[in-house]
Amino acid sequence: MRARMLTFTRQDSPVHSLSGAAKLICFIVWSLSAMITYDTRCLIVMLLVSLAVFRISKVKFADYAFVLYFILIFFLLNHLAIFLFSPLEGTQVYGTRHDLFHLGGRYTVTAEQVFYQFNIALKYAVVIPMALLFLLATDPSEFAASLNRIGVNYKIAYSVSLALRYIPDIQRDYENISFSAQARGIDLSRREKLSQRLKNIVSILLPLILSSIERIEKISTAMELRGFGSGRKRTWYTGRPFSLSDYIAMGLLLSLAAATLIVTFYDGSRFYSIF
Amino acid sequence: MNQLKRKITDMKNTVIEFTDFSFTYRTQQEPTLRGINLSIRQGEKVLIVGPSGCGKSTLAHCINGLVPFYYPGESKGSLRIAGQTPGERSIAALSQAVGTVLQDPDGQFVGLTVGEDIAFVLENGAVSPAEMNERVTAAADAVGIGELLLASPQELSGGQKQKTMLAGVLAGNVDILLFDEPLASLDPYTGTKTIELIHRLQQETGKTVIIIEHRLEEVLHRAVDRIIVMNDGAIVADLPPAELLSSRLLGEAGLREPLYLTALRYAGVTVTPEMRPEHLELLQMEGTAGPLQRWMDGRGKQQESAAAEPLLELKEISFGYDEKAEVLHRLSLTVNRGEMLAIAGRNGAGKSTVSKLICGFYKPASGSIWLNGRDISRDSIRERAERIGFVMQNPNHMISKTLLYDEVAFGLKLRGVPEERIRERVYNVLKICGLHEFREWPVSVLSYGQKKRVTIASILVLEPEIIILDEPTAGQDYRHYNEMMEFLQGLGSRGITVIMITHDMHLMLEYAQRTVVLADGKKLADDRPERILTDRSIVEKANLRETSLYTLALKAGLRKPEELVRTFIAYDRGVRRG
Repeated sequence: MRARMLTFTRQDSPVHSLSGAAKLICFIVWSLSAMITYDTRCLIVMLLVSLAVFRISKVKFADYAFVLYFILIFFLLNHLAIFLFSPLEGTQVYGTRHDLFHLGGRYTVTAEQVFYQFNIALKYAVVIPMALLFLLATDPSEFAASLNRIGVNYKIAYSVSLALRYIPDIQRDYENISFSAQARGIDLSRREKLSQRLKNIVSILLPLILSSIERIEKISTAMELRGFGSGRKRTWYTGRPFSLSDYIAMGLLLSLAAATLIVTFYDGSRFYSIF
Repeated sequence: MNQLKRKITDMKNTVIEFTDFSFTYRTQQEPTLRGINLSIRQGEKVLIVGPSGCGKSTLAHCINGLVPFYYPGESKGSLRIAGQTPGERSIAALSQAVGTVLQDPDGQFVGLTVGEDIAFVLENGAVSPAEMNERVTAAADAVGIGELLLASPQELSGGQKQKTMLAGVLAGNVDILLFDEPLASLDPYTGTKTIELIHRLQQETGKTVIIIEHRLEEVLHRAVDRIIVMNDGAIVADLPPAELLSSRLLGEAGLREPLYLTALRYAGVTVTPEMRPEHLELLQMEGTAGPLQRWMDGRGKQQESAAAEPLLELKEISFGYDEKAEVLHRLSLTVNRGEMLAIAGRNGAGKSTVSKLICGFYKPASGSIWLNGRDISRDSIRERAERIGFVMQNPNHMISKTLLYDEVAFGLKLRGVPEERIRERVYNVLKICGLHEFREWPVSVLSYGQKKRVTIASILVLEPEIIILDEPTAGQDYRHYNEMMEFLQGLGSRGITVIMITHDMHLMLEYAQRTVVLADGKKLADDRPERILTDRSIVEKANLRETSLYTLALKAGLRKPEELVRTFIAYDRGVRRG
């Protein structure tokens, strides 16, 4: 089994062919508007749009399934926490109260709370697919170029892109190290007690860290020898100028964001109420 | 008068000049380089050789600026590169004059495509995209990878990766090309091609080329102007190849001369510069055939190995990492008890995959694996590990404890062996591996070769019947190579079966009793190594190289030319053991 998670795969789709900078700008605008608005109508429209974009991108479910499950768990935990710490948040936000049923203590489920949490769930559903899509459909080095283009220092941009790029290599190292560890009798499966298993995992981590440091050392000398970090500015081989489709994509996104903001703030509140 | 004039132009054209140069790393007490006097002229091609730790890498670092900017330390004397003092500049400034190709191209790919990687130096120099495109294409065409600009590193062969690195340096328009062990991760055939490419580029562009490498015979495949021998931080020889090879200086520095020259010496022929010993094709053979034939006949016939008892059998194994690409196709293979077997083949032929299947890291799609006449296909990794030990190429991938003793004892502790028994067995193994004196030491202070031996010890302590080693001698010089292999051979005489995955031809020839060659997931050949390395069709398909001993025998017109290879190996081993 070759573990490949969240790594870029070259594909021929309208989403992949957008330039990295355009995708980054779209992604930021998208996330900001999704974060600002609590307007259910807007969120539902955005959700439909994001599903459509996902469809167009031809990204395979297997490429992100694991991460999606991971996020889902946190998503559920988050919802539980909201309810535990603030069971009447919805009532405060919408200013009305319709009790559905009582759970005991200060915990009463209200229609407002359900609606409020439903909106939050929608926000997640709108942002997460786009974030995944951005990672899966953006060439890491183009990503670096695009970060640099929107004003991030190129050294930081490059370290981000290298980190993304070395994920598969480190996964391969991990696989090899864990194989040889298992051959020496280190059990990483569920048969071992949890405390022992944790210890065993630590003994795999040491060689993994050491070999990663070795990797970093090698790549950083190679980069220095090729003049990295010498000038204040650099140019990009993959940094493409914006094409027509980039402008169209960004135009669409910006008008969508504008529409969202207008609809959201039309009645003077971020929150759209059905009560 | 004329001579004086020449001397002046020479001085003018000197691009690198060390004068009484010494260097001490900040972390070390003793100087790593001492009293270096060396000048290299514009357009020269110079080879620098020396055993591990002799300072040749440090010398390279002084030239490309890693010393003192990346690895700080204190230097004495003077060093001028392209008319500048590097200590007053920066690595980046030096990279305008000196282009470095490091070993192991895998670890230094910065770009996501070939084109981007070649462009890296231009990007950093803020060259405009239009000019950059032009220069990248030109550099890629110069090394013959023009059509691969969009390919990702994973799609490339070892040779193509090396070419990408070279193009990346050429794109920068530097005057000096510095190669730090360019052959280290290449198979023999690709190595030969790389040497040819470097030579052609040097001829075409007139750039200064400096090659640091210990695989002397392979570098000499194409002419060099001078060979500089380093030992113990100093330059011990600075001679044209013909003169150096006629002397005994290489042997004294612990280096290996080309095998064909050693064979001539064994036969009692005196090697002189007039014989053109620097290349087998140029070698004057007058008066050598007779002594060679007499020497060979006088040594008698080498005996065949004893009857074989099968220990490990692979039957019709097929396997692929994903459904689309099959790595192994119905491979059958037998390993006999107590033998030393080499598995060879070009990169991607399935060598490493075979070992991973044997150890149970992956399950074959079809076929079975038998050990001692029992089908072990269903055994777990751990169960197989009781019988079969696996030593990875990079020791840092295996070492998980900070103290040597703990590292070697680890496997036994996990198996619940009582403490006294562990101590006894660990000490025993440490003695066998020559590590006993280090038993209280932390692993991190050991050298690469010693670490490698620690990993072997940590497997041996589990008392396996078979030990599989992935490239056991990679990155080690002749002396360490010798030590390591004699040690492994010692294991063989203790009844342990040794399987080595390698493309090191010397190793195969000198130590393996049998070599299995894989190509495209199938077995291409299974024979004694000297027969394989003298068979041109196999050599070609497996990216190996015909051994120079055989070429010599053919050139001398000997009767039974393969016999020279066997005679030489047997005799040479006797000599090396003293």
